[in-house]
Amino acid sequence: MIRFEHVSRRYPPGIDALSDISFTIGAGELILISGHSGAGKTTLLRLIAAIDRPSGGVVLVRGQNVGALKLAAIPYLRRNIGLVFQDQKLLFDRNAFENVMLPLSIAGFPPKEAGRRVQAALDKVGLLAREKAMPIALSGGEQQRLAIARAVVSRPNILLVDEPTAHLDPDTAHDVASIFGDFHQVGVTVLIATYDDSLFSSFPHLVPRRIKLDHGRLVERGSIP
Amino acid sequence: MNVWLVQHGKAFNWALRRLAATPLNTLLSLLAIGIALALPAGGQMLLGNAMQFARNAATTPQISLFLSLDASRKSSDEIAVRLKKHAGVKDVRFVPREDTLKRMQASEGLAEVIAALPKNPFPDAFVVIPHDESPNAVEHLRDEFQRWPKIEHVQLDSAWVRRLDALLRLSRIGVTLLAALLGVGLVAITFTTIRLQVLTLRAEIEVSRLLGATENFIRRPFYYFGALQGLLGGGIAWLIVLGMAWLLRGPVAELAALYNTSIAIHPLTPDASLLLLALAAGLGWLGAALSLGSHISAGESG
Repeated sequence: MIRFEHVSRRYPPGIDALSDISFTIGAGELILISGHSGAGKTTLLRLIAAIDRPSGGVVLVRGQNVGALKLAAIPYLRRNIGLVFQDQKLLFDRNAFENVMLPLSIAGFPPKEAGRRVQAALDKVGLLAREKAMPIALSGGEQQRLAIARAVVSRPNILLVDEPTAHLDPDTAHDVASIFGDFHQVGVTVLIATYDDSLFSSFPHLVPRRIKLDHGRLVERGSIP
Repeated sequence: MNVWLVQHGKAFNWALRRLAATPLNTLLSLLAIGIALALPAGGQMLLGNAMQFARNAATTPQISLFLSLDASRKSSDEIAVRLKKHAGVKDVRFVPREDTLKRMQASEGLAEVIAALPKNPFPDAFVVIPHDESPNAVEHLRDEFQRWPKIEHVQLDSAWVRRLDALLRLSRIGVTLLAALLGVGLVAITFTTIRLQVLTLRAEIEVSRLLGATENFIRRPFYYFGALQGLLGGGIAWLIVLGMAWLLRGPVAELAALYNTSIAIHPLTPDASLLLLALAAGLGWLGAALSLGSHISAGESG
């Protein structure tokens, strides 16, 4: 599903965000990308979504060389990838329903079907009752769940999540982790960049694989005990 | 096809909503565009009417030949024969000096002056209608007649109309240049408006790109916005020109009546109206395209 072959990413003036990273992620896997702040977790996710391009090596997503994609092809790659950003990137002049509707509008879904899908996604994250609420009126946890609903509404094969619990209390973080577990269990490949190795510790049926980064280098890969 | 239509429908609705979202700004922009377009459009309308008048007034160019006062009737007859045989002359009419005197005596205010004169001051005259009405041919004939014996003076009766026509043609070039200049103004207004829209919606554009929006999806609403703004501004210009025609109709008719003629001011024709609206929409679209080219770089997000 996702393959990194000797991937590096260097930013001016010569800062290596990633160095010679190689790994393979199969379809339906649950992956925790861990490491300290600045280890390269976000860069790794950005390369998968073609938000950034590698300085060296090859990033393959569903067989496509993402680094070599033409600009015009990138939107179609992203439509199959759900993105949950660390800062959520919600639109604060649109209500919850409209925020979740955005990916479907972009993909050109008919309004009726799109409406049904939005309601299903909001229901899945427990926000259906708040579909008319503006993001500013939602709590931090609710905003995070809204961002998740928007990421999954188009039913992507891959879900990329960046620091989902950074600003959440333990109970809310537990709820959010539970949602990712649900998506993993229905076959979605879930990659979560987090500093919190214990994110799934309270879910014994979920055994994520860990990719640990340190200063842009892959230092460990394997299951979290 | 269905998706394509849905996307265009949404972009159009978005553009309408953005125009309605800031009514005062929109109104001021539309007025600026409307006035900028009304100036050349109104000028074009007035020139069109004036050219029509000039064309009607100059139906057939005429050359008046005035004989010298000492020319005998025999000389007049010889000239008449010569004119009728001339290949460049289509028709000729003799105006005897006695007829001219009678007509002048009948003119109000001139009778007493004419009566005080010791003898008839008017010469015999011919009114010639040439075959070839082109300015060069008519002027060539005038020069030829001028050289004939017993011809004192030759006058092109349509010369003033031709001068007017030339002046109007010059004015039309001026109006076209003005239109081009103000068209650039419209593009500049749209450029700035779209720039502000892009800056306001930068976050939404960035998020849309991250969620898989194509460049067309992102830019399309702005194109509609520019074209709609231009179109509505063109509509305001059309209304201004219509009002201008309505206001001028009475005074122009009164002025024409003083000169014993009739001039009607015609507003823009349907073709000209459509052209005005299409140009306005097109220039709005162009302004949007230039602004997007400058302020949205393809794939800049992320």
